[in-house]
Amino acid sequence: MTARPIPTAMPDVSLSALGRLMPMFLWIGPAGEIRALGPTLAKICGGAGLVGHPFAEHFIVTGAHQFTLPGDLRMLPGRRLHLALRRGPATGLRGLAVAVGPESAGGVFFNLSFGVGIAGAVREHGLTDADFAPTELAMELLYLQEAKTAVMAELRALNARLQEAQRAAEAQALSDPLTGLANRRALERELARAAAETQRSGTHFALAHIDLDHFKAVNDTLGHAAGDHVLVHAAEVLQLAARRSDLVARVGGDEFVLLLRGTIDPDDLQALGERVIARLEKPIPHEGATCRISASIGIALSHCYDPPDAERMLTDADVALYDAKRSGRGRCIVLGRAGCVAAAGRAAAAVPPTAATPAG
Amino acid sequence: MHGLINRSIQRFLRDTYGPELWQTVAEAAAVPAAGFEAMLQYDDALTAAMLRVAADRLGKPQEALLEDLGTYLVTLEPLRRLLRFGGVDYADFLMSLEELPARGRMALPELDLPQLALAAAAEGRLVLMVRAGVPGWGLVLSGLLRAMADDYGALALIELGAAADGQDRISVDLLDSRFASGRRFELAQPVAL
Repeated sequence: MTARPIPTAMPDVSLSALGRLMPMFLWIGPAGEIRALGPTLAKICGGAGLVGHPFAEHFIVTGAHQFTLPGDLRMLPGRRLHLALRRGPATGLRGLAVAVGPESAGGVFFNLSFGVGIAGAVREHGLTDADFAPTELAMELLYLQEAKTAVMAELRALNARLQEAQRAAEAQALSDPLTGLANRRALERELARAAAETQRSGTHFALAHIDLDHFKAVNDTLGHAAGDHVLVHAAEVLQLAARRSDLVARVGGDEFVLLLRGTIDPDDLQALGERVIARLEKPIPHEGATCRISASIGIALSHCYDPPDAERMLTDADVALYDAKRSGRGRCIVLGRAGCVAAAGRAAAAVPPTAATPAG
Repeated sequence: MHGLINRSIQRFLRDTYGPELWQTVAEAAAVPAAGFEAMLQYDDALTAAMLRVAADRLGKPQEALLEDLGTYLVTLEPLRRLLRFGGVDYADFLMSLEELPARGRMALPELDLPQLALAAAAEGRLVLMVRAGVPGWGLVLSGLLRAMADDYGALALIELGAAADGQDRISVDLLDSRFASGRRFELAQPVAL
C-alpha cells in the first residue's frame, strides 16, 4: 500500500466558484492589473468592467501599508489590510491577501469584507442577502444593529418615564399638598444645607418661625374650607415676602418657617416681619364671609451661633415666637437684634426681645 | 414574562379592539396603571390573567385570540424586519426558525423565547416543534407563520396539531415558496426623514 501524499495546494477552482465562496475576492496580476473580482465587489465598484485596469486606479491601500504601494504588491500578502475605493462612496474594506501561482505570473489574491462599516455599505450599495457569503455574519450584524437600536429606544423611553416619575415623587415628598409650599422634610434638608454653607463660606441666614393668630377661630366658626382658604392666602403672602433664594415651608397646621439666605440687617428683618403681619391682618373674603387673622413671628439669626446650628435656631425662633404670642399676638421678635449673646454655642434668646406693635 | 411580550399583547389588544377594551382588561387583570414597560420583567400569572380576561370580554376563545396575536406581531414593522432577516425566501425563513431563540437572546439576553425544532415530515411537509415554559406559544407561532408566509408571498398551509409531551406541533405545508410578490424587504433600514 502506498501512502497518498498530503496535498499542499488546491487543484484549479473556477472563478465563478470562487465568487460564490468569496463574493468579495480580488485577484491582482504581477503587473498590478485586476485579473478578476467577486460579484459583490464588482457590484460596489460599478461592474466587472474593472478587469484589466490597474489595481491602483480603483483602490487605495489605507492604514500601515499605504507606503508599500505602488511599489511591490508582493509586500502585501500575509497581513491584515485596509482598502478604500478611489471612486464612489467612502466604503472601507478589510481583508487579507495571499500570493498565488508562480512568483512571476500568479500575483496576489485578496479576500475582502466590509468590517464594521457593513450597515453603511449595505445602504450605499443596496446590497441584499445574496451578496453575502452564508459563512459571513453579515445578517447577524445587521440584525443585531437593528435590534439594538429598538432596545435602546425602549430603554431611553423607560429612563425618561422613570426620571419624570422620580421628579414627581420627589416634589410630592417635599411639598405641602394644600399650599404647594415646602414641607418640614424639605425645610430640614434646606436648613442642613444652609448651615453647612455658613460653616464653609460664612454666608449667613435667618430663620423666621410664623404662627397664624386666630386661625382656630376661623376654622371653628367658618369651617375647614375657610380655614384652608386662609392657609393658602397666608402661603401667598409669605411667598410674596420671600426672595427667590429664600424658602417658605409649611411645618404644621398654621405654622410656617421662612428661611432667608444671606446676611440681613436685624432691623430689616423686623420690618419684614411687621410687613408680613400687616398683610395677613387684612380681611380675607371667603364665600360671602370675612376671615380675620394675624400672625406672630420669631426670628433667629445664624451669625449668633458658632457653629451654626439649625436645630437650635429653630428651637430659639420657636421660643421667640411664643414670647411674641404671650406679649399680645400680632408681633415679631428678632433675636439678637440688640446684639448676640456671645457665649459659644448659646442661643441669643437671653437678649430682651424687642416687641413690635403691628401696623394697621 | 418579559415586558416586551406583555407590551406586545397590550398593543395588540389596544390597536385591534380599542383603548376602552384595553382599559377594562388592564383593570380586571390588575395590570400596572401605566401599562407594561418593555424593559421590565413581570410575573407569568399576570400575562395569563390578561389573556383570560381579554378572551372573556371579547367572547372569543383564547386560542383564536393567541393566533390573532401572532398575526398582529408581523404588522409591527421593526419586528417584521427582524423576522425577515431570517431568510431570503419563506423556505429559508422556516429553516432559520431554530435560530430564533438565539437571535432573540442576542438582542435581549433575558428574553425567554420558546425552543423551536424543525423536522421534515411525510410528503414534503415540515414540522415545527415548540417547547415553551408557558402554554399558548404554538398558537401565537401559527398565526405568525401564516402572516410571514403572506409577507414573503409564499403559499403555505399551516396547522397546529395536538400537543404532545409538553410540545406544540405545527405542521407547515409549503405549496409554493414564491406564490405572490410579497412585501419588500431591504437590508438597509429606511433612513428616517
